[in-house]
Amino acid sequence: MTYITKPKLHHPSLACNALGFTRRDYEGKISTLCAGCGHDSISASIIRACWELAIEPHRVAKLSGIGCSSKTPDYFLGQSHGFNTVHGRMPSVLTGAALANRDLIYLGVSGDGDSASIGMGQFVHAIRRGVNMTYIVENNGVYGLTKGQFSATADAGSVSKKGVANSDAPIDLVGLALQLGASYVARGFSGDKQQLVPLIKGAIAHRGAALIDVISPCVAFNNHAGSTKSYEYVREHNDAVNRLDFIAPRTEIVADYAPGETIEIEQHDGSRLRLHKLDAAYDPSDRIAAMNYVHAHQAKGEVVTGLLYVDETAQDLHAHLGTVAAPLNSLDAAALCPGAATLDKINAALR
Amino acid sequence: MKSITATNDFVVKFANVNGSGSASANEMFAKSILRMGVPVSPRNIFPSNIQGLPTWYEVRVNERGWLGRRGGVDLMVAMNPQTWDADIAEIEPGGYLFYDSTRPLPKSKFRDEVRTLGMPITDICNATYDDPRQRQLFKNIIYVGALSVLLGIEADVIETLIGEQYRSKPKLYEPNVKALHIGRDYAQRNFSAEPIGLAVRRADAVGDRIFVDGNDAAALGCVYGGATVCAWYPITPSSSLAEAFQKYCAKYRIDPDTGAHRYAIVQAEDEIASIGMVTGAGWNGARAFTTTSGPGVSLMTEFIGLAYFAEIPVTIIDVQRGGPSTGMPTRTQQADLISCAYASHGDTKHVLLFPQDPLECFEFAVQALDLADRLQTPVFVMTDLDIGMNQRLCAPFAWDDARTYDRGKVMTAAELEAGKDFGRYKDVDGDGIPWRTYPGTHADKGAYFTRGTSRDPYARYSERGPDYLYNMERLLKKFETAKTLVPQPLPHKAAQPTKLGVIHFGSTAPAMEEAIDMLECDGVHLDTLRVRAFPFADAVAEFIAAHERVFVVEQNRDAQLRSMLVNEFGIDPARLVPVLHYDGTPITARFIAGAIARHARGAHATPQPAQAANA
Ligand SMILES: Cc1ncc(C[n+]2csc(CCOP(=O)(O)OP(=O)(O)O)c2C)c(N)n1
Ligand code: SF4
Ligand SMILES: [Mg+2]
Repeated sequence: MTYITKPKLHHPSLACNALGFTRRDYEGKISTLCAGCGHDSISASIIRACWELAIEPHRVAKLSGIGCSSKTPDYFLGQSHGFNTVHGRMPSVLTGAALANRDLIYLGVSGDGDSASIGMGQFVHAIRRGVNMTYIVENNGVYGLTKGQFSATADAGSVSKKGVANSDAPIDLVGLALQLGASYVARGFSGDKQQLVPLIKGAIAHRGAALIDVISPCVAFNNHAGSTKSYEYVREHNDAVNRLDFIAPRTEIVADYAPGETIEIEQHDGSRLRLHKLDAAYDPSDRIAAMNYVHAHQAKGEVVTGLLYVDETAQDLHAHLGTVAAPLNSLDAAALCPGAATLDKINAALR
Repeated sequence: MKSITATNDFVVKFANVNGSGSASANEMFAKSILRMGVPVSPRNIFPSNIQGLPTWYEVRVNERGWLGRRGGVDLMVAMNPQTWDADIAEIEPGGYLFYDSTRPLPKSKFRDEVRTLGMPITDICNATYDDPRQRQLFKNIIYVGALSVLLGIEADVIETLIGEQYRSKPKLYEPNVKALHIGRDYAQRNFSAEPIGLAVRRADAVGDRIFVDGNDAAALGCVYGGATVCAWYPITPSSSLAEAFQKYCAKYRIDPDTGAHRYAIVQAEDEIASIGMVTGAGWNGARAFTTTSGPGVSLMTEFIGLAYFAEIPVTIIDVQRGGPSTGMPTRTQQADLISCAYASHGDTKHVLLFPQDPLECFEFAVQALDLADRLQTPVFVMTDLDIGMNQRLCAPFAWDDARTYDRGKVMTAAELEAGKDFGRYKDVDGDGIPWRTYPGTHADKGAYFTRGTSRDPYARYSERGPDYLYNMERLLKKFETAKTLVPQPLPHKAAQPTKLGVIHFGSTAPAMEEAIDMLECDGVHLDTLRVRAFPFADAVAEFIAAHERVFVVEQNRDAQLRSMLVNEFGIDPARLVPVLHYDGTPITARFIAGAIARHARGAHATPQPAQAANA
């Protein structure tokens, strides 16, 4: 198979963002995934979020592991550098890339097999280090690319297409991320763009490790009755804790909502997340409460979606390491090399 | 039995207990001899343990400057009752034993042909110090004092060293000098009547050389070479390299105005993550390296294949130790050659550099960073425990301030804007090396998708046979180009024409030079070639062709360098005689000379490996 370019015909009626770009400018190659695959909807939400944020596409670096989900970075942001790494190891590559140039936006895309099985170690450590990234797991409960084996996020009792029931306990990436210190934790559903797009925008604007676990049904292998990662199951069991508006820095504040149902969170860059609480008891600034809430609802078979936790004062890995403001990849020999005179002194001390 | 007499040419071995504070006293002993102008080469022999197990420090004193391990012990400083019997057995006939005589030992514990010098060190310490910690610590400096009298090491040289060591803690100076003199006074009172035959005599054989270990040197090379990202996972014998990088960065890589760091060091969760981070940083235009040992390389192999195929600069410093598996983690070997040269699945080949000493560790670390950028591929610096963790006398580090970093073929925003054609995997210059762009360079030109899957010259996914072949053959061409860029082999001609040659590499060098000298005295003449990199330069094939028989000396069981020579040049294996030393101790001149002499005289038709004797 060779690649397919997407015809780029700009419709005159397409809206432009602040940079004068239309949504088409944020697209990539034509997807080769199955028609109806949840992953394609997530790509569309990423495109929408980047367009709405008026990000310069080339200032994004998109990295992924291996899997159907990890193929998707080829299908959005065609003007961004992308890196399809090895299975389960996107987090380390992204960490290194982020160390090299702190000025780009890092978008990591992974699957549930990629992150919760082979890449569990890297997932855990990238999050606990506070790498400044948006980490999206396109979670379908199966290995799509290798044709439908259970993944580690499949719920116990979930039945495969071949009729086999999963007996292993599931790994909940949201619960893990909360425990590991992620400073922005959300869950979305590929079929709910209205909720997902602002979640992605908030994550991109966030400084620190932002995880979005997106339930993304696999129509080929995991979208049948008996699967807890099917369109039908998620629609029926979705418990959205909040809806989000993302308000970019310095934009007008739109009409206010009734007090008591809305809270606002301001992030480092001045952007604001306005949460319309659907559940009055839900407080996204309390990590422990968020963990309890997610677990309690999970026990009832409910899929909690929305912005589950955010710490707007979080620090990222660069802050922890105390690195200079200029990207490390921009430093030249004058800034990096101590020079001959210093070496003479070092030699003298070694005699 | 006549006692050994030797001036500026002997071996002293200290048998200690790990964690007893002997290391700094022993190092001071070695350095005091250096300061008297006499070359020494010390080696740590230590177990995989933090406290309590035996550890040894072997110091070869040699005015001629032979820095390889000699083998045998002329003076044993036996401070560890646990290893007493083996330590005593190791002393050369006519040698000397210095020991703590506080507890009387039966005569059966000694050897008649070894002269014993007992000193009640524990008693002396108990009488002098109240604090149990001091009693233990000062023991070491007390025996250094006694040895200095026995061997004729000047007191003020050691006092100066104590002053340097405690410059920042002047309170410790006086008590250490006092302990030194307690040892000296005792030795003068008790041993002067009958001096021993070993002596240090002032000489002028050290010159401006420096005394440093290879890990420190390689770390400094990474600082000078402009590495900004280091990701690593602790493993002996490489950990001290990453730690030294941290130490030097904290000193030389701080922004003077803000105090911010011009470096990022991450202790990763494992070696897969460390190579992943280095790959990500290299992809994104920062100079990055990792350091590890054999087991770490094994874990890294999937990524090494990705970096090879996706063409990403990566620098890996492998401080080799005894394998396979955990093997002999605190012993030295050169046994990762094949696992590094052909690391990963599919057809892969990687650039390896073989430093012989700390100076080359420094230089090759710098060069590896340049080569990785120039060639856009993984580059290994293959050092080992013997060079990495032992201080070694070597020529001083040098740096030319006019030197800049070779960042390789990186297309700029201006070039893209000017319409220069960008094909990420296209060979436009005929050297197999394509151009790359850093992420974020230009708004609508130069972006590409990096992947481990096959692609066409414009980085577009392709499984077409011709696209795949173009790429794989270009990678081979690039490897050919590498041949001319890597450090070239260094030949040395025998005093008279000979049909015998020797190929060696890395830490074998000092023992090799000495072995050649020994063989020459015996009338066996050999030309030598020190290989410094893989891919092998054509000069290596020419050297083999020019000799009837070529010995290949290495520190592994399977003759790995020899296999690579046979494989890469298609050479008749019968021409290459393996000389193999792999018991975990550093190879010695005695071993090499013995093995070669046997073969040279026997003129075997087919090569028999010269096995590691317990030399
Ligand atoms: C080291 C290694 N082992 C196995 C594979 C095969 N493999 C490719 S994708 C995949 C699973 C992907 O699952 P997931 O991350 O959930 O992605 P999905 O296809 O479901 O989106 C596996 C096991 C591989 N590429 N590399
Ligand atoms: S196999 Fe499943 S995950 Fe993969 S593309 Fe098809 S629907 Fe999507
Ligand atoms: Mg999956």
